[in-house]
Amino acid sequence: MLLHDTALIYGRYLRQSLRSRFALLFGVLMPLLYLLFFGPLLTGLPLGGRGSSWQVLVPGLLLQLGLFGASYAGFTIIIEKSQGVVERMRVTPVSRLALLLGRVLRDATVFVFQAVLLVLAAVATGLRAPLGGVLIGFGFVALLTVSLGSLSYAAAMKVDTPQEFGPLINAMTMPSMLLSGLMLPMTLAPAWLDVLSHFMPFRYLVDAVRDAYVGSYTTAHMLYGALVAVGFAVLAVTVGTRVLRTAGA
Amino acid sequence: MPDGFTTPLPAAQAARQGPVEAVRCVDLTVREGEILGFLGPNGAGKITTLRMLTTLLAPTGGTASVAGCDLTTDPAGVRRACGYVAQSGGADPNIGVREELVTQGRLYRLSKDQAAVRAEELARDLGFADLLDRKVGALSGGQRRRLDIAMALTHGPRVLFLDEPTTGLDPGSRADLWNLIRRPRDAHGTTVFLTTHYLDEADALADRLVIVDKGVVVAEDTPGALKLRHGGSIDATLQDTFLAITGRGPAQADAAPVSV
Repeated sequence: MLLHDTALIYGRYLRQSLRSRFALLFGVLMPLLYLLFFGPLLTGLPLGGRGSSWQVLVPGLLLQLGLFGASYAGFTIIIEKSQGVVERMRVTPVSRLALLLGRVLRDATVFVFQAVLLVLAAVATGLRAPLGGVLIGFGFVALLTVSLGSLSYAAAMKVDTPQEFGPLINAMTMPSMLLSGLMLPMTLAPAWLDVLSHFMPFRYLVDAVRDAYVGSYTTAHMLYGALVAVGFAVLAVTVGTRVLRTAGA
Repeated sequence: MPDGFTTPLPAAQAARQGPVEAVRCVDLTVREGEILGFLGPNGAGKITTLRMLTTLLAPTGGTASVAGCDLTTDPAGVRRACGYVAQSGGADPNIGVREELVTQGRLYRLSKDQAAVRAEELARDLGFADLLDRKVGALSGGQRRRLDIAMALTHGPRVLFLDEPTTGLDPGSRADLWNLIRRPRDAHGTTVFLTTHYLDEADALADRLVIVDKGVVVAEDTPGALKLRHGGSIDATLQDTFLAITGRGPAQADAAPVSV
């Protein structure tokens, strides 16, 4: 039943996304601008990792895509709440978990698609990375989207207007990006900043993807990154489902 | 054994100012196949009661059973047995009418083919078969209401809950909708539970009325009996009867459109 329900919800929202070119491409603009206009500045700098500056930057950009894109996913549910769509679905026997999973899997699909576009653009600007590493990178984008999307939908269910929601998300995404070492690796940071960044889950994800992009698949970074990504996703989906189950008034 | 539901349901709703008791103690029994009108001034607890009965809100105490299923131990059963038409509808304006109907059917566990057939059937019965290929947003207020009712009837529920079904509609559409509301009960014995601010609607449609005020039931009987007891005579208006019972008028009927 869960599979059937999830597929049903996923299909509905994917069809909606496919109808709107804007919805499909919106998230990729910011990382693309960084790729094209910030990336070239890094090619001569000593960034401390193995591989080219692109192999350090692009993993960060992929996660930036997931971070900024998925955090705003909740907007759509605020609109649906005002149209009565969410309530209407909650009255049916459809699984609450499916209501969430169908949506976040649609978001993951859209953002992995955008991630592919970003990587293709990066290859054009000079990125060379092993295919396995690139695929692992997409996997982390998908997991990050599921996590942040779930939390975004949960937050959006608690908020009544888009005007309240935007500032809330804004306040969280920029510091998260800066504190996780997404733009430049935290190995360049002074000790206090490095320590602070270890409290950000995204730090572990970006370290893992940077290792994947130089072909090191069996490192400690990879292990921690995978554990954090999966753990975060499970936690976020649990929270999101709970909110959909108990949201009232 | 009366089928339908009994609900003594105190519920506390947490608001930013602290707990607000929207429903203090609503005790009622609805008989199978009757149309029950649920009336009350603003803030009486009508919406909250409706949302508890359709499993959207968890009651903080009391028991209820809808169509034989207990609300707290078998919410899935309640969901299967009831249909709900909210005041704001619930169809996505950007999606086609047919797609919304079919998806709704599948949410109620009909197969893809069954859902498609059911969509056609409902559109025919409710008079919007020619609109199936339009977007929901292109429908007029009255047409939207028909679609909302169709979506709630997709799975042939035993109980239909309607929240202010004709608010915001023009008089012609209202009369049409009244006929549509009577049909599930007349044809299939569906129990109908509706809230309304329109006293003429309550008078015309309801077999029995339940009047709530400040979270408790203050009167319960057929419209005629209520008029006799509280309004003075059987020819009293429901307006005067209502005023006599609650001490003030019903909430202002909203002239604004139902959906934005």
